[in-house]
Amino acid sequence: MKYLPLLWAALARRKTRTILTLLSVVIAFLLFGMLQAVRLAFESGADTADDNRLLTVARYSFIEPLPMSHASRIEQVPGVVHVVGADWFGGKYQNESNAFPVIASDPARYFEMYSEFEVPPAQLQAAIKTRTSALAGQRLVERFGWKVGQKLPIASEIYPKIDGDMNWEFDLVGTIDADDPAVRGNTDMILINVAFFDEARARGKGNTGWYTLRIDDSVTPQAVATYIDRMFANSPHETRTQPEKEFAMGFAKQIGDMGALVSRILAAVFFTILILTGNTMAQSIRERIPELAVLKTLGFSDATVTWLVLAEAGVLMIAGCALGMLIAVALMPGLNGATGGRFPPLFVAASTWLLALGIAAAVALVIGLPPALRARRLRIVDALAGR
Amino acid sequence: MRVLNQVFQITIVNLWTIPQRLGTSLVIVVGIAGVVGVLVSVLAMSRGFEHTLASTGRASRIMMLRAGSDAEMSSDISREHAAILAAMPNVARNGDGRPLASAELVLMRDLARKGGTDPNNVPFRAVQDAAFEIRDELRIVEGRRFERGRREVIVGAKAADQFAGLFVGSRFEFRDSDWTVVGIFTTGGDVHETEIWADAEVAMSSFRRLSYQSLTATLEDASEPAFETMKARIDDDPRFSINVLREPEYYARQSKTLATLIDVLGYMVASFMAVGAMFGALNCMYSAVASRQKEIATLRAIGFGSVPVVVSVMLEALALSLLGGTIGAALAYIYCNGASLSTLNFNTFSQVAFDFRVTTDLILQGLLWSLVIGLVGGLFPAIRAARLPVVEALRTS
Repeated sequence: MKYLPLLWAALARRKTRTILTLLSVVIAFLLFGMLQAVRLAFESGADTADDNRLLTVARYSFIEPLPMSHASRIEQVPGVVHVVGADWFGGKYQNESNAFPVIASDPARYFEMYSEFEVPPAQLQAAIKTRTSALAGQRLVERFGWKVGQKLPIASEIYPKIDGDMNWEFDLVGTIDADDPAVRGNTDMILINVAFFDEARARGKGNTGWYTLRIDDSVTPQAVATYIDRMFANSPHETRTQPEKEFAMGFAKQIGDMGALVSRILAAVFFTILILTGNTMAQSIRERIPELAVLKTLGFSDATVTWLVLAEAGVLMIAGCALGMLIAVALMPGLNGATGGRFPPLFVAASTWLLALGIAAAVALVIGLPPALRARRLRIVDALAGR
Repeated sequence: MRVLNQVFQITIVNLWTIPQRLGTSLVIVVGIAGVVGVLVSVLAMSRGFEHTLASTGRASRIMMLRAGSDAEMSSDISREHAAILAAMPNVARNGDGRPLASAELVLMRDLARKGGTDPNNVPFRAVQDAAFEIRDELRIVEGRRFERGRREVIVGAKAADQFAGLFVGSRFEFRDSDWTVVGIFTTGGDVHETEIWADAEVAMSSFRRLSYQSLTATLEDASEPAFETMKARIDDDPRFSINVLREPEYYARQSKTLATLIDVLGYMVASFMAVGAMFGALNCMYSAVASRQKEIATLRAIGFGSVPVVVSVMLEALALSLLGGTIGAALAYIYCNGASLSTLNFNTFSQVAFDFRVTTDLILQGLLWSLVIGLVGGLFPAIRAARLPVVEALRTS
């Protein structure tokens, strides 16, 4: 602590240089924070998946239907404690396809399964009782300015009503929300009551899109998956059952090279910063060799001088890192607004903070160590003489 | 004249002595190379995706989907309707008088990326004979076309490049049926190159399907009035409700989300990178000038004006940045140009592959950026160098 003024004096020696170095570090970490947020947003499905949840879809493609009658058979599989079917409505709002997912399911069962979603109890009751009910994610409600209680006109890309009309109307009875920002992205959906939907649609009656099931700890997910898939093998509706996490990861993986690309961009950014800042540090130490020699003459030990130089790099990097990340955090609401809610919500996760601080410390070490060691090896006589 | 002469002389000396200041100079070069490299590559990605989009579909071709469906995946056209639609007036006909219309089926085939194990949705498109006449940009680059009535497929060059097990002669199982790859095709870099194509009739019977999903046709008269007339005629027909779109419109709509994402990502990274680099370059030039204070003061003491000093410091900065920019652009070109990337199109839930395109204008843009960074990075330190009182500068150790 007592060396703080000394550290400050070193940084304030050339203010322009310190500020410029700080700014480039800030930019690097600002980019880091934002790109990591983008990456996490895509992978959030996998992170928030529940280990005890499995998904059963049609064997060849998750967009092909399964009969609703599968539910009772899956329910009897040992270890399965809860099953809910859901169907893809193919929603179109204000002429835009898949502006948000619209899912037809049994509200009571659905929210028992997805207990991480919060629906006010009275609204959930309303959703169960009202046949034409719809529950909408809080972010969607805000984005489109909906009010609970209003009629919600949504067209379907897939299902006409019995009279052939593709335009449906639902009663918005409540909202879906979640505290965890990673889960919040999954609430960007509308849940409609399948009882009404199945009765009112012209085609596909008695079918559903997929099943979500919960198992208890007495069985392994793999065993249940194999059991179910074998049960329906060679039937007209064969199934493929996977842990929810695998399913979500499959999606994240499909985005594929994007994640790798983001990493490569970040590597290039940090490499550049490393070169530029490293050089500045080295230069700054070179200029101060006589001063460091004076410090040593005054009785500062080799170790202390080494630490002083390292601390200088550390302070610059950590301060830049914190500032950059804070700006990234501050920009998030604006970015989320700009994407119009079309992408999952971007947020700076705790893990990103940790990673950023770790990288800052590592970079500080890499750029601080060479000049610090040089300072350590200084021979007072030579340094004072300017040799 | 005298000023120019001085500028020339100082610059020569500056450039001549760069090897003595190799460290600092190298840092500027490497730093700017890094920035320009990232900048050009990120924009090349954006450009490549745009290219793939722009080259998919022609205005002279139309796509028909069930009304309400925006994507083939959710569309459905019965055999009967497909036949009626193909026979519509304004659908072009070939020499034999058969309509240039292809009713198609699109399924997703799970395929692992090369070197990976996770499944990816690769579109499996089953087409009618006319498809080859309609999409006459299609070229078989290896092997041959599939034969009618056989379980054979041809594979788009990008799909063959990205995903495992798609080479001529390879066989794969798809929904309880065996298929053989007999050819590889290109379509000028559009989205079809990420697809697998098979014969529609064989696919219908193999997959026990009763209806198609879309119908693509070439227009006899591609003008707007003729298109509108045809559209109105189909809209008014009570037998079906079908949505008619020109092909480019369909594909642009399909990729809007992904295009926005790639653009935002590209430009966001590029602009932040550029600003960050500006600070870095400023810093390096400041220290370069600072370490040469005495030298600059000496020059001014022996009669060189301050303008030549400023200009020559600037010129040095520009030369270094340009060198860095060139290296960066060259690296981006060597590593990225033509490199393929495939990702998930959120609108269609299917894979789309595209190439990075490092175009001349991107390289020029990269070089321009390097010059701007050099200019701004050099200007302030140069002015500072020129402003410093000679005596004071000479006295500093």
